[in-house]
Amino acid sequence: MTAPLEHVLALALVLFAMGAFCALARRNLIMILLGVEIMLNACSIALVGASLKWQSLDGQAFTLFLMALTAAEASVGLALFVHARKRAGTLDSGGFSSMKG
Amino acid sequence: MSVTQLIFYTLAGVIALSTGLAVFQRQPVHAVVYLVVSFFATAVLFGLFGAPLPAVLQIMVPAGAVMVLFLFIIMLLGREEPKPRDLSTLRWIGPAVLAAVAGAAGTTLLLLPAHEATPMAMAKASARELGHYVYQNYWPAVEAVSVLFFVALAGAMFLVRDFKARPGASSDTQGEAQPGSQPGSQGDAPSGTQTSPRAGQEEAAQ
Repeated sequence: MTAPLEHVLALALVLFAMGAFCALARRNLIMILLGVEIMLNACSIALVGASLKWQSLDGQAFTLFLMALTAAEASVGLALFVHARKRAGTLDSGGFSSMKG
Repeated sequence: MSVTQLIFYTLAGVIALSTGLAVFQRQPVHAVVYLVVSFFATAVLFGLFGAPLPAVLQIMVPAGAVMVLFLFIIMLLGREEPKPRDLSTLRWIGPAVLAAVAGAAGTTLLLLPAHEATPMAMAKASARELGHYVYQNYWPAVEAVSVLFFVALAGAMFLVRDFKARPGASSDTQGEAQPGSQPGSQGDAPSGTQTSPRAGQEEAAQ
């Protein structure tokens, strides 16, 4: 016997809230992307817990796809940060509040 | 309380604590290290939930490849002087209120009566079962993920190119970008070497 699904969902909710706080309140671009990663991790915890609750493999399959999306998103996001750092010389999100042209 | 329940609550505490510590770190390097701990504990949690293949992939992809990629980029871009903390409370009061509301909802979920929160039975899906299931039911998604990786690789290689190069003076700036190479064999060599960690990571993800 493991914990009830409600507790798993509560853990996922707490993780998602912390990730959302990190993505919204921090100003470093890398910390913003880390917040997105935390939110995706919370989603995968909820998916695997639901997969155990209803004895279905769909949740685990979606977790695999979620990991693939996480890897692709992180690689493109970090390449974008390298590019932004080259152009603007900073990683502070306040430096990208205006557009040129 | 059985042993597995005890393991679950211990892991939940470790995950929540390490993620909370990661969120409030000043330096991104420390946050990444705490997140590696969090993802590793998540992998053990997946194993507890009877999902061995996602558990192994959770260690390999998010905790291994993605976090190492974050470390590479942080080291590549160098340490940036942290700005003095913005003391206006209005900037972070919105996210804090939202997170507090979500936390209150989670607490309500935890405080449900015991008869409504029935513990889940243990189950285990082997990697063979999960693989058969994915390739029988979700094979278009697998193909879409492979296309997505290709697009992500192309996008990353495009983004790290030197955008300062004007069309007229492109050969000069590319020659400056890689001083040690032959003039005839330019092209995508600098971006190729810079994205080689990403290429390895995406092969590991597949």
